[in-house]
Amino acid sequence: MNSAPGPSREMAVNELFRRVLFLPPQSSTMAPEIDHLHYFVISTTMAGAAAVGLLAIYWVVKYRARGSLPSRTEGAPTTPAWFELMLAGGLLSLFCVWWFIGYMQYVRLRVPPANALDVYVSAKQWMWKFAYPDGQSSIASLYIPTARPVRLLLTSRDVIHSFFVPDFRIKQDALPGRYTTAWFEVKEPGTHQVLCAEYCGTGHSVMRAQVVALDPSDYARWLAAGNSTGVVGGLGEEPRAPLAQVGGVALAGPPDVDPASEEEFPAAHLVDLVRVGTEAAAQQGCLRCHTLDGAPHIGPSWAGLYLDRVPLAGGGTAVADEAYLTESMMDPLAKIHAGYAPVMPSYHGLLSPAETAAILELIKSLRDVPGRTSPPAPVRAATSPAGAIGRPYPPAEEPPLVAAPTHAPMPPPVEQGLPPPGLQPNPLPAGPIEARGPEGARHVVPSASADGGRSQSPSHPEEPTP
Amino acid sequence: MSEPALGEQFHDLERQAATLRFGMWIFLVSEILLFAALFTLYAAYRTMFSEDFREGVLHNTFAYGTANLFILLTSSLTASLALYGARRDRRRWTGLMLVATAALGLAFIAVKLTEYGKHVEEGSTPGPWYHYAELPTFGGNRFFTMYWGMTGFHVLHLAAGVLVVSWMAVRAFKGHYTARYHVKLEMGTLYWSLVDLMWIFLWTILYLS
Amino acid sequence: MTAPAEAVPAPLEAPSYLQVESGLWSWLNTRDHKRIGVMFLATVTGMFLIGGCFALALRTELLTPNRTIMDATTYDRMFTLHGVTMVWLFLVPSIPTSFGNFLLPIQLGARDLAFPKLNLMSFYTFVLGAAITFGGMIAGGTDTGWTFYAPYADATPTDVVPVVIGIFTLGMSSIFSGVNFIATTHLMRARGLGWSNLPLFVWTIYGTSVIMVLATPVLGMALALVGLDHALHLGIFNPAVGGDPVLFQHIFWFYSHPAVYIMILPAMGVVIEVVPTFAHRRVSSYVAVAVSTVGIAFVGFLTWGHHMFVSGMSTFDAGVFGIMSMFVAIFSAIKVFTWVGTLYRGHIQVRTPLVYFFGFLFLFVFGGMTGVALATQALDVHWTDTYFVVAHFHFIMVGGSVTAFLAALHYWFPKMFGRLYDERVGMLSATAVFIGFVLTFLTQFLLGNMGMPRRYYSYPPRFQFLHVLSTGGAWLLGGAVLLALGNLLVALRWGEKAPPNPWHSRGFEWLVSSPPPKHNFSTTPRLDFSPYDYSMTEEEARERAGVG
Repeated sequence: MNSAPGPSREMAVNELFRRVLFLPPQSSTMAPEIDHLHYFVISTTMAGAAAVGLLAIYWVVKYRARGSLPSRTEGAPTTPAWFELMLAGGLLSLFCVWWFIGYMQYVRLRVPPANALDVYVSAKQWMWKFAYPDGQSSIASLYIPTARPVRLLLTSRDVIHSFFVPDFRIKQDALPGRYTTAWFEVKEPGTHQVLCAEYCGTGHSVMRAQVVALDPSDYARWLAAGNSTGVVGGLGEEPRAPLAQVGGVALAGPPDVDPASEEEFPAAHLVDLVRVGTEAAAQQGCLRCHTLDGAPHIGPSWAGLYLDRVPLAGGGTAVADEAYLTESMMDPLAKIHAGYAPVMPSYHGLLSPAETAAILELIKSLRDVPGRTSPPAPVRAATSPAGAIGRPYPPAEEPPLVAAPTHAPMPPPVEQGLPPPGLQPNPLPAGPIEARGPEGARHVVPSASADGGRSQSPSHPEEPTP
Repeated sequence: MSEPALGEQFHDLERQAATLRFGMWIFLVSEILLFAALFTLYAAYRTMFSEDFREGVLHNTFAYGTANLFILLTSSLTASLALYGARRDRRRWTGLMLVATAALGLAFIAVKLTEYGKHVEEGSTPGPWYHYAELPTFGGNRFFTMYWGMTGFHVLHLAAGVLVVSWMAVRAFKGHYTARYHVKLEMGTLYWSLVDLMWIFLWTILYLS
Repeated sequence: MTAPAEAVPAPLEAPSYLQVESGLWSWLNTRDHKRIGVMFLATVTGMFLIGGCFALALRTELLTPNRTIMDATTYDRMFTLHGVTMVWLFLVPSIPTSFGNFLLPIQLGARDLAFPKLNLMSFYTFVLGAAITFGGMIAGGTDTGWTFYAPYADATPTDVVPVVIGIFTLGMSSIFSGVNFIATTHLMRARGLGWSNLPLFVWTIYGTSVIMVLATPVLGMALALVGLDHALHLGIFNPAVGGDPVLFQHIFWFYSHPAVYIMILPAMGVVIEVVPTFAHRRVSSYVAVAVSTVGIAFVGFLTWGHHMFVSGMSTFDAGVFGIMSMFVAIFSAIKVFTWVGTLYRGHIQVRTPLVYFFGFLFLFVFGGMTGVALATQALDVHWTDTYFVVAHFHFIMVGGSVTAFLAALHYWFPKMFGRLYDERVGMLSATAVFIGFVLTFLTQFLLGNMGMPRRYYSYPPRFQFLHVLSTGGAWLLGGAVLLALGNLLVALRWGEKAPPNPWHSRGFEWLVSSPPPKHNFSTTPRLDFSPYDYSMTEEEARERAGVG
């Protein structure tokens, strides 16, 4: 990289190939190396097809029948098997080299770096919405800082969409009812078009958006501006005026957006995801089993849960990241936190993607809340060593269990959807805490044992364990 | 009309019979893959909603499914006995056994319809009509949707089988199946056995916990 | 198809299959595999023209970034109809049901297929399926694309049910034909004809039939469930009630990837018959072709996941599907080596089918290699669901299958109808097909590189230049195809009478007269030699077969 001619010649070759192949600019950190593989593969493809075609034409010219055809021909050679195997083997090796390089790149494209900034992307016919951890949201324009990896958590509210940024060489389907991830890191400030790549109905071709990459300092100012005005990134709204000055980046709205979809989504308003998450968790009855302050209850407390290492009932551990938490909402029985009864019903289809994102954000906001206790002793402490892996148990004499405030203030339960704890009778919690039956009646359950239930199963003895 | 027809494309009856039998086996492989798609779907959803599917199986009436299993196993026996009769030129025996097979098929359908009636009554009906109080979950809905889909598809096959067997019974009484040439009877009983076999699998995954 | 019977003068020996009976009913109620093959040929060619009209309408719409001749909803229905028509009404049945039907029994030395009545039933099932599909299209059509992805297929305001029922019916026709071809290949071979001297066209039809019988029922079930989902809201693939839309993609591609080989294997079979005939030498490696045919049919079932690299599949699964795709590509590569190797030291006559073969060779190799490129995961992320994929599969489907279909039409035309066509017009149209094709679809690779997603009604203006080029190429391609078909139609009526073996081939189908008599061979032939053995003269081959 020191000698000037080397890199510049390299860049010139890169630029030549890029233009010949009509590739868009290489705006993400991953784009250049993906393109290099592209050049290698496509040149070989072109050369291979041309060579085969030319060889065929050469042989036709050379061996064309002159005059009348012989009534019989002798001595046409057959290809020896070793030659054929060698050709096939050589070609297979070439394909495997492509596969290897491509697969390594693919793995890196799929696994976001640890320090990535999270943005929730929610697609619907025919609109992209973006929600940021700091509480802002925007429609059709995704604001991100340069020189920092950005991780997108994508979902859809209706049918399958696909988030495609040609300049970044990334594409990821947004599926209803689950989260997928994609990440990228932009090198320089600028705007980049987002296209929907999975056919999603009449407005598919106008379901566009833009990524606005801002210099980190401009991004910080944008964040502050967003917080003070409470309105960011609406389409054709006033806020664009101040934003247009940020970093000198042209913030024209995404081209060709169907006006109908703009009307459908009026200007974005400030959304505090954590607040929305708290409301959703209360409404959906999550807080009937989970506490926000670390107090033990029917399900694991959310305090300090995020990115914690969770012991699993079947042995092993899992890191409570977005994937695990989402899975636990949608398919709770797949990976059960050791020590808790498998009583949680699936919220698949009950929680909207926005609510799921908000609840996730709530859980993430509780990461540093102290006081999360260990899971109660596993149901079968002797046979389930899994509980010992992962986070160590606090000392056994830990007193505040009984004395601890019972749990976060609970809003009155809203009976909607499936009554989660109603299927089975409420499990007996460890401490003398209030529990609510499905009918909402309030009754006090006495402590299961005098020693605070440390050694006692918090769940039903008759409960089947997975 | 006891002399069987030889197709223009064949030289002898043996080859014609072998070809028809072979073709039938290929067709049955295709049928198995048709069911395989449903079984795959069942397996996928059972992995997703394992608890609800276990519950769903427990809520199914074991007696109905098992009764039907024995009815179909018996019908396979009678179908084989019909084939046995044809190989010995006992046309009356063959016909009677085929009638018995068809009757057992109808009995299966009757039991199945009774069971469907029970499902309708308790609300364990597929998709949007699902309102089963004992298992009000998405998994329960999935289970009973798959249950209706798979058993419904199987019953359609069985009904087609009853028609085929009845038609074969008429042909048997008329003496179309001789010890020398009865490949069409063989094909019919092969099909019947496949429908029977499918029920064994369905019974295993839908009734046996 | 108007019966060209009256145009052919009475032959001296047994009357040809065209002359043995006359009248419309003798065609509609025939059990003769040759007549059924001709009826299939006429039907699928008609379907090809209808699908082609849709394609030209779509390309015309894409001349400008926004509305040109139709609105977005019409456009969405139109590309669905184009896909459905081309895939299920043309490409899947095209070569097997027409040329396969006509040639398989003759190449096996048999009098007919194993189950002639089932064959006729397959034809009428096909006609019924086509009628239902077109009925559904006329009644309003559907806009899901030919892939019917859930949950959009549930949510669409258009009615997918009639189209799905139509495709289900067409699938039954495929299975009937597949069963018939497999049974015929196994049990109807002439004396001396074993698995080591079976004509390679038979091998490919056999491989195709295996895929048809194994994969079509899975597709039928997947589409039946989509129809039920749409009509009754069972939500089998709808996440709103706990269903899994990705599961549909798995089941759909489990059929639809092998279906690609249903479409291309018979094309490879045509090519491997055409090349030795015009090179006048044996196939450079018979075993390699036979083994790779079976290899494609088998490994083709294990690669479906490469359609779903960005659907949220685990990286491990993606890796496995990627490497399997590389293996399937190798089998195709072996076939390419064999075709080219067969030209080496031959006595090559350049005729229209061989010109089509050159087009096929370049397009298939380029299209196939871009398939390998697409299976390279990091590149697929950028290319999938863009025009790159569109261009790739059109290279294989149009550049491969359609070119081979046209090659077959020209190669076996004298055999089927006993007439010769104008060679100059034939070669001109073959060249024009190639140029039109390259112009249409090479530009679409570049569009895909630029990031133009598929199924876009309106597009950002920066894509327009390449779209205009592509549309121009499409019109040229359409004209060239019409020229080729017109040339053959003229020949049907006014063409010079063909000798029994105009290409001096040693293929078994050329042992009988052109057009063949009703039962193909007057006596059962003895086919204990290779159909690619040019060390025998034509007379020696006929004598050895016992048809001399």
